[in-house]
Amino acid sequence: MSEGNGNNPGGVTSKAHSPVPDEDLGKSGKMAKLKIFRGDAEGGEEIGYEIPLVEGMVVLDAVLAIQAQQAPDLAVRWNCKAAHCGSCSAEINGRPKLLCKTRVEEYDGGEIHVGPMRAFPVIKDLVSDVSWNYEVSKGIKPFQSSEQAPFTMYEEDVERLYEPKKCIECFMCQDVCHVLRTHHKHPEFAGPRFFVRNQWLEMHPMDEADRLADLKEDNGLGFCNITKCCTEVCPVDIHITDNSIIPLKERVADEYYDPAKWLMRKIRGS
Amino acid sequence: MSSIAAAWRRLPWWVEPVSVVIVLSVFGLYSFAIVSFLPGEYKEYLSPFYSPPIPHPDWMPDFITAPMFIIWMPLGFRATCYYYRKAYYRAFFWDPPACQAGAQEREPRKAENYRGERAVFVLNNVHRYFLYASFVVLAFLWYDTVLTFFPGGSFGVKVGSIIWLANVVLLSTYSLSCHSLRHIIGGNKDCYTCVRGGNTRRKLYNGVSRLNLQHPQWAWFSLFSVLLTDIYFRLIQAGVIPDLTILG
Repeated sequence: MSEGNGNNPGGVTSKAHSPVPDEDLGKSGKMAKLKIFRGDAEGGEEIGYEIPLVEGMVVLDAVLAIQAQQAPDLAVRWNCKAAHCGSCSAEINGRPKLLCKTRVEEYDGGEIHVGPMRAFPVIKDLVSDVSWNYEVSKGIKPFQSSEQAPFTMYEEDVERLYEPKKCIECFMCQDVCHVLRTHHKHPEFAGPRFFVRNQWLEMHPMDEADRLADLKEDNGLGFCNITKCCTEVCPVDIHITDNSIIPLKERVADEYYDPAKWLMRKIRGS
Repeated sequence: MSSIAAAWRRLPWWVEPVSVVIVLSVFGLYSFAIVSFLPGEYKEYLSPFYSPPIPHPDWMPDFITAPMFIIWMPLGFRATCYYYRKAYYRAFFWDPPACQAGAQEREPRKAENYRGERAVFVLNNVHRYFLYASFVVLAFLWYDTVLTFFPGGSFGVKVGSIIWLANVVLLSTYSLSCHSLRHIIGGNKDCYTCVRGGNTRRKLYNGVSRLNLQHPQWAWFSLFSVLLTDIYFRLIQAGVIPDLTILG
């Protein structure tokens, strides 16, 4: 426990949450080599840093050690250091990762390139402005039910709803999605995170809102070509493509692209 | 398997799309050659590309062969399959070729031209109809497989019968792990306890979901099994290898 020591000014009681203590640095005799993006929305460049490697060190430890000892103006966003808050999302060697969940040793002594999430405007160094996502979130039709909570629901009806609720809103799936990152469809495409949210709402047994028209038109579900990068980077292992996006695409197909269902609706007058 | 997967992930990003292009192109050319130029029946065996056997209409030009009336069903099923869509968007269209930043930067399509599955690829939404058609073909493949266990009218097991059985099992597993089937069988319901037979549908849904976790593997295994079954068929037909009897 490191409560109240010099490296833990916030009084956090778990050592895992505090920066690596100075006395641990250098024990392994090895060095970690990082190239960190330094700049802002106007541009910038990668600057090389070397720090003593500590066994079990995560990239966030290395970045915080650099911030403490070599570059006090280095901007990095972090909070829980336990892969629960989704604050420290960044790109490591070109892939979105949580800085707090990625061990330095994974890179076998090679250079580690650390940069901000590129699908969003860079504020400074490793910090991107992800506020666009909160605007999209406001546009998602909220839960609607004619019944008053608390609801009586059965386990077998809600078991599919646990997985989407695991989302920590790190927005790495949004960052890696080529529809946003490469094609910049931000106004027309909600992105994987919000398909996960829509799936939770759409499959909720008590929700009565019709979301399929929104998914097809406003949220641009058709722009997704299911190449699964979002699933690959999810730090909480949500099967975004298989369990959220494809089921929603199938429901949209029921409504808009299935000629037999269209004919049945015409016959029934519904 | 996990060590193979880990080693695969360490390869450069372009290895996967290039491999997919090579495998799918070879399979496409092989299939085209088989259904265009070569026979499909030998003793108790029927090539998987020729099932079910149908007569060639006299009025049809010779370059359109009888199995071409069948092959569009499994071909369409695979072309619209959610897994193969991922594979060919990445491999053939580089849309994107891989997930890393360096790979995404090589995506050739300009941002203003990207339509995803909103333009021509919106047709992939008919996947469920190819699923229904594939089940019909699958029924004939099972019938053909049963016949291979009765060479000359009495029960017997040959190496060929085992190969045909493995092939049809893999094809069935691939079809039963389909995302559209998963939706139709129970994924389209929000409340299982609210509908008649809901518990059965939930169990079926969970069963298909378990198979669906390995849908990519079933897609590749079944593709290779069709290829290997047909190669075995060609080898015994040409007398290159004997079809060894195991029982009977």
